[in-house]
Amino acid sequence: MFLIQCPWCGNRAETEYRYGGEAGISRPKDPDALSDAEWSDYLFYRSNPRGAHKELWNHAQGCRRWFEVERDTVSYKIARSYKLADRNSESGS
Amino acid sequence: MQLDRLKTGGRIDRTRPLNFRFNGKTYSGFAGDTLASALLANDVALVSRSFKLHRPRGIVGAGAEEPNAIVQVGTGASTLPNMRATQVELYDGLEARSTKGWPNLRFDLAALNDRFSKVFGAGFYYKTFMRPKAFWKYYERFIRASAGFGIAPTEPDPDSYEHRNAHCDVLVAGGGPAGLMAALVAARSGARVIIADEQNEFGGSLLSGSESIDGKPAAEWVNAVIAELRDRGNVTVLTRSTVFGYYDHNFIAVAEHCSDHKGERAADGVRERLWRVRADQVVLAQGAFERPLVFCNNDRPGVMTASAVSTYINRYGVCPGKRAVVFTNNDSAYRTALDLNNAGIPVVVVDCRKSGAGSLGATADAAGITVLRGHIVSDVIGRHRVSGIRIARWDGDTQSTFDSTIRIDCDLLAMSGGWSPAVHLHSQSGGTNAWDETRHCFVPAESAQANVSAGACNGHWSLKACLQDGIDAGAEVAARCGLRTMPVELPVTTEGTDNPMQALWRVPASKDPDRCPKQFIDYQNDTSVADVRLAAREGYRNVEHVKRYTALGFGTDQGKLGNINGMAILAECLGKTIPEVGTTTFRPVYTPVTFGLGAGENVGELFDPIRKTAIHERHQAAGSPFEVVGQWHRPWYFPQGGEDLHAAVARECLATRNSVGMMDASTLGKIDARGPDVVEFLERIYTHDVGRMKVGRCAYGIMLREDGMLMDDGVMARLGEHQYYLTTTTGGAANVLNWLETWLQTEWPELKVYLTSLTDSFSTIAVAGPKSRDVLQNAGCSIDLGKENFSFMSVQQAVLAGFPVQLFRVSFSGELAFEINIDSAYASQMWQILMESGKEFDITPYGTETMHVLRAEKGFVIVGQDTDGSVTPVDLGMNWLLSKNKDFLGKRSLSRQDCVRDDRKQLVGLLSVDGSTVVPEGTQLIEDPGAPKPVPMCGHVTSSYFSATLGHPIAMALVSAGHRRKDETIYAYLADNLVVPVTIVSPVFYDAKGARQNV
Repeated sequence: MFLIQCPWCGNRAETEYRYGGEAGISRPKDPDALSDAEWSDYLFYRSNPRGAHKELWNHAQGCRRWFEVERDTVSYKIARSYKLADRNSESGS
Repeated sequence: MQLDRLKTGGRIDRTRPLNFRFNGKTYSGFAGDTLASALLANDVALVSRSFKLHRPRGIVGAGAEEPNAIVQVGTGASTLPNMRATQVELYDGLEARSTKGWPNLRFDLAALNDRFSKVFGAGFYYKTFMRPKAFWKYYERFIRASAGFGIAPTEPDPDSYEHRNAHCDVLVAGGGPAGLMAALVAARSGARVIIADEQNEFGGSLLSGSESIDGKPAAEWVNAVIAELRDRGNVTVLTRSTVFGYYDHNFIAVAEHCSDHKGERAADGVRERLWRVRADQVVLAQGAFERPLVFCNNDRPGVMTASAVSTYINRYGVCPGKRAVVFTNNDSAYRTALDLNNAGIPVVVVDCRKSGAGSLGATADAAGITVLRGHIVSDVIGRHRVSGIRIARWDGDTQSTFDSTIRIDCDLLAMSGGWSPAVHLHSQSGGTNAWDETRHCFVPAESAQANVSAGACNGHWSLKACLQDGIDAGAEVAARCGLRTMPVELPVTTEGTDNPMQALWRVPASKDPDRCPKQFIDYQNDTSVADVRLAAREGYRNVEHVKRYTALGFGTDQGKLGNINGMAILAECLGKTIPEVGTTTFRPVYTPVTFGLGAGENVGELFDPIRKTAIHERHQAAGSPFEVVGQWHRPWYFPQGGEDLHAAVARECLATRNSVGMMDASTLGKIDARGPDVVEFLERIYTHDVGRMKVGRCAYGIMLREDGMLMDDGVMARLGEHQYYLTTTTGGAANVLNWLETWLQTEWPELKVYLTSLTDSFSTIAVAGPKSRDVLQNAGCSIDLGKENFSFMSVQQAVLAGFPVQLFRVSFSGELAFEINIDSAYASQMWQILMESGKEFDITPYGTETMHVLRAEKGFVIVGQDTDGSVTPVDLGMNWLLSKNKDFLGKRSLSRQDCVRDDRKQLVGLLSVDGSTVVPEGTQLIEDPGAPKPVPMCGHVTSSYFSATLGHPIAMALVSAGHRRKDETIYAYLADNLVVPVTIVSPVFYDAKGARQNV
């Protein structure tokens, strides 16, 4: 069971969290302008990498905030977690 | 009579004799015995029959590795299967029995299997019971019974179990010399330490030997260390606690056996406790397992590992034989020979090495023990008990075979094939192992998590090396925790010099390996050398495949004894090295754990939280059975005078349609949404034009997932310019709140919207039927309830019977109806007031079942019943709800290729042609009952009831292209090949114009 650091609450057990899948998938601004294939890419396709993975977690049984985690999908080591507002900076721990 | 009990010695309490029963016979032992040591004291050599061949088997080991003495302990609801007799502490009145052997252990009919063992090779079951395929269910019953690893109780477990979370800086797994030393060093540095050992006392291997530390018996040193650890405030000391699982991020599971040593049931308190430990650092010090040697008939009762024999002598004061032979390829077994000699048992050492042992060899010589160097045991004589062995000369350098054997009479054969570090937890944590060419074993290599292996499980055999390794490990983990350690002096021990071990994976026999008497690798699974060779011949190359083909390493012991021998022999067959073959995967659990431990407190009433509405007690008093909806318990129907479900529902439906009914709708999800951007936000979530709603108006709203499928529905009301009140389905309440929060946080953080769940704060009472307005008026309402002032689909604040309420004119029944939203504190009282106010109209409380029928008569869907996550609003005929003026979640998906297929399943109504059959929900629908099988299906029934209002059955269904197939007849395919013709109709069966609700 993972130990995940919530940027607001600190280290908590995985059972307090909800997984949100790959991070950085933005909803297209104008869905009607997309072809079926482009829309499907947003809907269904995820990168599923071996190694470093940025993903969304929600502290569902705590502060209920969403945040991002950088986790290695092979070793399960978590490199850092950070608030969504900080996703473009190198801060976070 | 404890025939084999030594006069003195052991850590047992001879003043406390205990009686116990094994296979129906009464024996006695002493406090401090295990079931195994007590059985051996009573000269019980035969304890079990083997898994496949039903060969007689005796106790082999003295701990977790025991493969044969697997017993059923206890009786009735408390009984435990799969217990290793070597790990069962004796208590007075203990009941145990073998799980195999029919009609009894001594005369086992299935032992005939052994006579035909050539037939029962690897893959026997796969090859034999393949056909005819349909017979497997009969075969299986027989095979399982004859394999039999014990029985699970059928009654509920009467005992309590608990889970406990713990956090520590350092967890030490194993309380032998290395573990104790590591714990001591870490504890002195100030670290919060948990040390757990599976046995009843600490000391590990020291309990089994006769070594001294600092010039005193090792036990005194152990006691001093434990006393210091217990004295410190920062150490938790756990005995009878097995570290059985190593999970991600140093999450460690420990099974503490709190009461099993005292009796069958936990007299007071907890039987077992699961410690869920999050450790910053872990020291793995679980020791090592001695390997058997693989020779002919090496499974006969009386053949044991040498270390087990020493354990029985030194720890339990039992000698499991009267004349002994020690067969070894390394020095450690010489200690067993000396232990036997000291106990007055005649002993001969057979050492495959020409050079024999180092300093222990000299000690044995000096003690006058006969040591046959350069010899092997080629066969064992005796069936139910060893009566002798055959030995032969063997030259390890030339691997030369032999031509003649000599018989030696004995009833105990202690064997040692070297040692395997218990790398289980290290491996579970993801760590890798490396083959050590000099020590001939796998040792931990890279750690994947924050842990350090120490002592014998790190490949160190001598006491001095184990103590030093423990000191180093303790210092290392303390330093990693950022703590300073004081230098600790290495305790003084007596060390000799050892000669190297000789690798001897398969002992040569007089015939070739496939024809000689069985040479067992894995006792519990009856896997022999011939089986592994057969697997290799048949093309199995991967060790994981060989494991599954031969069953090597399965069972309760998970190959703790046999795996390394098996892999080495496989390597030989394949012409590979041992590291090339590798090990199978080590997974939790280390030793079996009970279901009770896993469940902990989460049983019975505590299994799942129960949610009750504020009016629950009144429903209970009215005699309503409850329907479980998620965690909610909702009144199902309100039977009167012995009515069944159908009679009650028919009455409730008619009462509501003709006069007035009332239901508790409090479980509906309720969310307050407000803020300057609430309109914009809800426009993106809901499919209709939210912003066009006037303040005070209600609307039916649906929300879609991004893939266009219906996710939830409910009535929403606009309470103010920037405030909405949303309702959700009962089951969807939490999901919808999550959904809304997710979009606000991740995608649209710029929107200022605040969401508050009101589900529990407010209760909802629905009053429905032509007389509902009268009931509210009787109760005393502050507002004019007439159509002009309070029209359909509107909301108003009011005072009802003196209570402030929010009144909704909405209807899920199609009748004139009011939903009363009231602070939950007053809901029960309000229910009672309305019952009184409605008396003159015979107001009828109804439950979920009547609600379902009433809404089905109107063609209203229930999300999750009429939809299943693959249904779009278009499929449901809800196109009128889809705004063309805006984007909303899921909208784009509705024009995806798959969503515009013209053969999609669409919602329709169904009427049975015979006017009487209520087709079961879930029934598959077909076009042509005469079509050749497999008959293609064109849909399925989602809702089906008998409508008392209409006097005939009604059903809703999802039917392929259903919307354009009105009046067509299709067929419902029932069980027993019964086919019922049904006609496709509109799903709105009653009051299609909606006149009744709009009055």
